[in-house]
Amino acid sequence: MEQSGNAMGAGSALLSDGRIGTSVAAIADWATSTDHKKIGRLFAGFGLLGLVAVSVVAILRSLEAVADLGAFNGQQLNQLAQLHQFGLVLMVALPLTLGLSIAVTPMQVGARSIAFARLTLLGFYMWLAGAVLIVVSILNGGGIGGADGDMVDLYLAAMILMMFGVVAAAISVATTVLTSRAPGITMRRVPFFSWTALVQAISLVVTAPVMVGLTILLFVDHRNSALVFGNSDALADWLPRFFSAPMVYIYAIPVLGVFAELLPVSVSRRHPMRQLVFAGSALVGVAAFSGVTMQNDFPVDFSASGQDVVKSLVVMAFFVGLPLLGIVITLLTAPLVAKPDGSSSAKPRILSPMLFGLLATLLFLLGAVVGVLIQVVDLELAGTTAVEGSVALVCLAAAVGSMGGLIFWAPKFSGFKRDEKKVLPLALLGALGVVLAGAPAVIAGLADSDASLFSTLTLVGYALMALTVLAFAGATRGGTADGTSNPWCAHTIEWSTSSPAPSDNYAALATVRSSEPELDQTPEGSPS
Amino acid sequence: MTLALPSGPAPAPRRQLLVGSALAGLAGTTLIGGMLAVWLLERQHVVDVGERFPMKYIIPEVATNVMLITIFGLCFFAQWAVYSARRQDRGHTGLALSVVAILALSFINAQAFVYSQMEVELAEGAYGALFYAVTGTMMALVIIGLIFTVVAAFRTLGGRDWQSEIVSAHALYWYFAAAAYSAVWFVVYVTK
Repeated sequence: MEQSGNAMGAGSALLSDGRIGTSVAAIADWATSTDHKKIGRLFAGFGLLGLVAVSVVAILRSLEAVADLGAFNGQQLNQLAQLHQFGLVLMVALPLTLGLSIAVTPMQVGARSIAFARLTLLGFYMWLAGAVLIVVSILNGGGIGGADGDMVDLYLAAMILMMFGVVAAAISVATTVLTSRAPGITMRRVPFFSWTALVQAISLVVTAPVMVGLTILLFVDHRNSALVFGNSDALADWLPRFFSAPMVYIYAIPVLGVFAELLPVSVSRRHPMRQLVFAGSALVGVAAFSGVTMQNDFPVDFSASGQDVVKSLVVMAFFVGLPLLGIVITLLTAPLVAKPDGSSSAKPRILSPMLFGLLATLLFLLGAVVGVLIQVVDLELAGTTAVEGSVALVCLAAAVGSMGGLIFWAPKFSGFKRDEKKVLPLALLGALGVVLAGAPAVIAGLADSDASLFSTLTLVGYALMALTVLAFAGATRGGTADGTSNPWCAHTIEWSTSSPAPSDNYAALATVRSSEPELDQTPEGSPS
Repeated sequence: MTLALPSGPAPAPRRQLLVGSALAGLAGTTLIGGMLAVWLLERQHVVDVGERFPMKYIIPEVATNVMLITIFGLCFFAQWAVYSARRQDRGHTGLALSVVAILALSFINAQAFVYSQMEVELAEGAYGALFYAVTGTMMALVIIGLIFTVVAAFRTLGGRDWQSEIVSAHALYWYFAAAAYSAVWFVVYVTK
């Protein structure tokens, strides 16, 4: 009775000082805001939540494999495997990178808002509703190979809903970069991150509708007769093509942008070969062709005749090799930037977001290398756990890179620069988590082994990933607000506006005269 | 944060609606293209085992051909709307957009006629699901175009500022829809 009275008293206090009202107003503001920075952070926030959930699912799978608990039957293990694979791609990598693009790109190109802001918000809700319904359907016997026909239908319908949302958001990002740039920001002067956001957005615009079209066909057939494609098991022949390499590379393209954007900031120097970075990240976009053509197998059999090897090599080089080349090109420009040229006397700095970006790019490269190896028939990696490991490496690299981006642009979102000492170790912890979560599966595939050691390492990897996200969430709750608009001494135009940026981004905007307008303002800078 | 002064005027948008519509058209192209690719693949499977595709159904080709003519005619009137809107000719813009809407409705009516004439059983054989999925998606794209036409008419004729860009964007969408239907017509109704 007394407890009840205390609770009522606390409730009255909450009501009387308006905290509930304030909280409701804040939630309503976030839920209905057309400010791209809020929509983007909603996407990214749910992406981080998805990463924790996926890590829990992966830990459960690994525990079952290591300890042979017998807690899950075959159907439930299938559901966990689907939640793991689907979650990594569509609930982690996609929302994190797309969310960061939505939050940052309009500011970077000097736009007051994102193009079609309401459409972007609608896209977020479609994605969220689709993701929730897919999880519900899989947990209730739906999904690929699901036993409950209605839940399989729900899975397919939710997939259509989700991908429509993704297309809507991607169209908004691409249109912003193409049409809403500030005066003076030509396409050659577009910041690296915005360029990679554009490449990713266009890749999504061309691939997601193919998946939607296929899913409509699967849905109509499965709902009525299942005579064309067969029962729910047959979905495995079609849908996983969109959740495996090289298609998944397009979800990680903005990671290259984070790295390329931050490296020149770290060394306080202009990037000498901007076009190479543009070309490199665009080459990764070639992976979209695998989605458009609904192909992910480009086998190369070196034991075949020379002519056949050359034929298959050409196809594989186009679909899988060019994206790998793109990542390599982007990485190879790093020494050019870091090489002292006497143009700046500033000492190079190890910025925590740059470390996130660098490690994420290296892990993305590792995932792409595995993607190439999977195509070599002689290695017999196709159909093994190496495929899963490759997807995990790429998607988790996208997550780590996005975290770096969120730390870097945090002053523009909240006004606070995160404490470097707190977030720097998280980059290393996250990277270690990615390696342990993805690499053991690749090695197990290469060794054709299902030893429990690999599952144990995977378990540790995902536990580290979950820990990284939780620590990241804790570390991003505080920081220092020194009142300056450009605490990182960064180069691009978004750092000219106040921190945090107002809802319409810029009070006034001068004509931009170089690729690094903020660097021009320093004593050593001069327009390029 | 409160700013001392209100923001200055935003930079003039550079054909935002037009570019957005072009990207939507690109998305629609891959949507229909992907569906038709699967259609052709499944058709090949049926033909390979010696069966006929579309089995027992007879396609009312007059109606499907009229639909093709209708959607190309619709593009002509959409372009007339663009021509008039650029000259701020309210009367002709309204007339052209009205004709576009009527032709879009005619297209939908003709599709409904095709459905009623063919009486394809959805749950019978492979053809039904593929047929309704592809033609239904095409009809949905035309309905979206019809809504786009109505919105363009409201914003052009009822708005305080004269906007011709939305009329251009809407015309671009119809060009995409015409191209998409041409592909559907050839694959579904001609090649069968």
